[in-house]
Amino acid sequence: MMHTPKVYSPRSLDEAYEILSRRAMKVIAGGTDLMVLINARQLDAEEFLDIWRVDELRGIADEGDSIRIGALATYTEMIRSPLVQEFAPALVAASRTVGAIQIQNRGTLGGNIVNASPAGDSLPVLAAYDAELEIGSLRGLRLMSFNQFYTAYRRTVLESDELVVAVRVPKLKADERDFFCKVGTRRAQAISKTVMAVKAKTENEILEWIRVGVGSVAPTVVRAYKTESLLAGRAITSDLIEQARQSISLEVNPITDLRSTEHYRRRVTGNVLARFLRGIIDSDGAGT
Amino acid sequence: MKIEFQINGATRVIDSPPMRRLLDVLREDLRLTGTKEGCGEGECGACSVIINGEVINSCLVPVCQTTGAIITTVEGLAKDARLDPLQQAFLEAGGAQCGICTPGMLIAARALLDLTAQPTRDEIKEAIAGNLCRCTGYVKIIDAIERASLIRTR
Repeated sequence: MMHTPKVYSPRSLDEAYEILSRRAMKVIAGGTDLMVLINARQLDAEEFLDIWRVDELRGIADEGDSIRIGALATYTEMIRSPLVQEFAPALVAASRTVGAIQIQNRGTLGGNIVNASPAGDSLPVLAAYDAELEIGSLRGLRLMSFNQFYTAYRRTVLESDELVVAVRVPKLKADERDFFCKVGTRRAQAISKTVMAVKAKTENEILEWIRVGVGSVAPTVVRAYKTESLLAGRAITSDLIEQARQSISLEVNPITDLRSTEHYRRRVTGNVLARFLRGIIDSDGAGT
Repeated sequence: MKIEFQINGATRVIDSPPMRRLLDVLREDLRLTGTKEGCGEGECGACSVIINGEVINSCLVPVCQTTGAIITTVEGLAKDARLDPLQQAFLEAGGAQCGICTPGMLIAARALLDLTAQPTRDEIKEAIAGNLCRCTGYVKIIDAIERASLIRTR
């Protein structure tokens, strides 16, 4: 039997900030990652801040050019949200691949971010969408680009008195397109071997710009900046698709672990990007 | 920590360490042993219960997060000594083999039918994708859920 940890369960954000400002402690939201560790005796904390009932962290709101998703929004809430469906479809697609319904009903976007796994399913979408994080503490609120949030494997810039409060996701515009693809052993419950999200602006077959977020291929979720520059402003041809496939295969930095091998991950990451690019010429070709 | 919630229609107050798993409170304190433990890490769905209308894994919920919750376990499915249509259909279609996954399957299926009265077979498969049957008797489980969805409830 483990000792009995003390749990603080504030009902307001100010109260939560106050508790964290006094002492650093593990924060628990939906518990779908932390409880696994606790059950396996891999996390033996003496105190927890349970934010599950801080209602200010809930809700999905229209903010004009972006949507604001509260840190406690669950995957199910995002899947069902008309706003997310219309303006961040890749986030709906990603949410549908998280665990199974039991996990989607309980796991939260904020939890996925702060848990900082390189395999977090929503994270490549936030990278490709260039989302912004609202980070709060007793000291105030700061905004930061999601793409600057991770510093190393499971490390973030979050200070011990801070909480991720919400995520601002720029809306997908009519002339932009997005894409999400997770490669795993099976559709439900599998952790990805590679997982990619893309946001791009295209005009006919010209890629004005592209942002590619990839998970499970590096110590953190990453953007494929080199491959993005290779593609920006170019007309998509079979030759360019081959170059992009090569480029991203070399750009990512995967390891071999029990889910997959380095070789497979490089190869399939290239194939997934090629699939997205191929889709652009196929759909435009069919339409004209 | 004292926690009050509603379980299978009755209000209960329990006294438990806050980070204890809802699963353990159900099985040990409330003697509701229909809810099973399989993996203890959210993979198998044997511990599924419905909280506020949504199916979750009770092995991943610390009991402190259930204050005021409305919880349904497999014991709450039959009403007035009448089986839930799902339970009846599982019996008729042979939807149970060893039985370990059955309570979780019933609960996941109940949550589905409460939202979608007449699901497609694909929707049924998706709804139980987080519930593993170690006997691999999925076809009859899916048949049973489909059969239950066709039974007209008053």
